Amino acid sequence: MIAWRSTWSIYTRELMRFLRTAFQSVLAPVLTTSLYFIVFGAAIGGRMPDLGGVDYGAFIIPGLLMLTLLGETTSNSSFGIYMPRFTGTIYELLSAPVGVAETLLGFVGAAITKSLILAAIILVTARLFVDYTIVHPFLALIYIMLVAAAFSLFGFILGIWADNFEKLGIIPLLFLTPLTFLGGTFYSIDMLPKPWDTIALANPIVYLVSGLRWTFYGSSDVNIWISFGITLAFLAICVGVITFIFRTGWRLRS
Amino acid sequence: MPDQSRTRIRTLDASASPIVDISALTKVYPGGLTALDGVDLRIRKGEIFALLGPNGAGKTTLIGAICGLVTPTSGSIRVFGHDLATDWRKARQRIGLVPQELSTDMFDPVMRAVSYSRGLFGLAPDPARIEEILRSLSLWDKREERIMALSGGMKRRVLIAKALAHEPDLLFLDEPTAGVDVELRKGMWSIIDEMRSRGVTIILTTHYIEEAEEMADRVGVIRKGRIIAVDEKEALMARLGRTEAHIALAAPLQVLPPEIARFSVELEDGGTSLCYRGGDGTGKGKAEVAELTKALYAAGIDYTGIEIRESSLEDIFVSLLGEGEQ
Ligand SMILES: Nc1ncnc2c1ncn2[C@@H]1O[C@H](COP(=O)(O)OP(=O)(O)OP(=O)(O)O)[C@@H](O)[C@H]1O
Ligand SMILES: [Mg+2]
Repeated sequence: MIAWRSTWSIYTRELMRFLRTAFQSVLAPVLTTSLYFIVFGAAIGGRMPDLGGVDYGAFIIPGLLMLTLLGETTSNSSFGIYMPRFTGTIYELLSAPVGVAETLLGFVGAAITKSLILAAIILVTARLFVDYTIVHPFLALIYIMLVAAAFSLFGFILGIWADNFEKLGIIPLLFLTPLTFLGGTFYSIDMLPKPWDTIALANPIVYLVSGLRWTFYGSSDVNIWISFGITLAFLAICVGVITFIFRTGWRLRS
Repeated sequence: MPDQSRTRIRTLDASASPIVDISALTKVYPGGLTALDGVDLRIRKGEIFALLGPNGAGKTTLIGAICGLVTPTSGSIRVFGHDLATDWRKARQRIGLVPQELSTDMFDPVMRAVSYSRGLFGLAPDPARIEEILRSLSLWDKREERIMALSGGMKRRVLIAKALAHEPDLLFLDEPTAGVDVELRKGMWSIIDEMRSRGVTIILTTHYIEEAEEMADRVGVIRKGRIIAVDEKEALMARLGRTEAHIALAAPLQVLPPEIARFSVELEDGGTSLCYRGGDGTGKGKAEVAELTKALYAAGIDYTGIEIRESSLEDIFVSLLGEGEQ
């Protein structure tokens, strides 16, 4: 039995938090997307060949989208749970008749909604710079939602694990951002010299970027099903970890 | 004496099943500190129960264990007949908590924060009910204000409003009047009184004995994680209360005549003052002092003044804590 009203309350509150900083939430992705397009699309892209029959400017859109989504979703939801722990307002959630299902549906649902808003903003901004058509728009939508769900859960775990602000920022800084940049955001894995194209396959972000690129243009570095599989596996691991955290009350209840 | 009080409570509880039933509750924090040490406590429907205890006694920990913020190390808690270990959803639905710390989302306007609490507990929106709650706490005029812009006392009222938003039958107030001025404190008392009249059972912690004396039906004293006394406020005062009277004598006395010495009196200040200590907090002391003055008059002992004082819950509290120390 899921308490839907409680879930809805958590969901709307989380969205509210996002909208409270709406200006920043909208402006930041518009600005960064534009900057990337100016630098990579216009300055460098002009000298780049088409990749798999896709113009370089269009090629980087899924990567760019993934770069922003992973960063924003992770930091947003890690703050979303860390701040109530830090300020003590988490008492209300803990004393309410809600369990892991309501909490996750509320938080993750809000994260997915935010991600779709962000994705829409980025796609519209990109359109100002390059022409592109999405081959599988519906699958792209599903894929974005899956990735948003997985990384909001990942952020959630970070926010529960962190016991200071430094720890909160360190994982995205040390792992997420580098792996995303090395994950084929701005290039195809084929373009890497010999051993590196194989080594790159150890980077899970490669599969995420590649999967999204496939939904956009119908071709990618790795098989789409492998990408889907890895995304789902990551999602399942995160759900498992969080369920365990809630059951034991680790870092939530004293 | 504690044994006596336990029996008494047991017999009283037999008449109605308790709303909260805690047995052998122990909490050892990860650092090894035992914050609760075998707590047994029963709370009856509709009562106001005051939990008294010095800093660090375990009051907040006890409340936290009932409200789901603290995982007990051992023992059991039943609320409304639901075992918290398994049936926590049904129990929590009916519990409201006002925490000791002023923690709430400071950016939210009052109205939204209170409505959120109602929704979080799974209830349908009810603006009329929220309005009623805000009005009863004099927050209606502030409903659109951000919580951070309110004064400390007002913030505490917002926390109370949030705790009342889902119409709980059991309310925990962890130091509701800490840092609140006298006037607001009186206001808080009338709010608590009103909730009681609506049938809400209230458990509050406080450092102000005055508050327990004013509000509570029953009092529990906790020290180092153990409940060292639980009883009706009146019974506690009757059992441990004392009357103290100082009678200033017109002429110093060296020895007391037998008809005076039969009272529990002694001479003080070189025989210029007669001190009575006795009674039981139910007025027996006052009556005895009256008898004493008549006896003095009959014995021809003149006096120039009488000072009489009933011991307060505070004295009892202090003496209980002293007892616990030994
Ligand atoms: N999260 C925690 N981890 C470790 N020890 C804790 C924790 N919370 C409380 N304690 C310790 O447990 C004991 C009881 O604390 P508690 O907050 O329950 O006391 P209290 O009676 O509410 O005190 P006060 O009147 O100051 O609010 C204290 O010694 C406190 O230091
Ligand atoms: Mg406390």
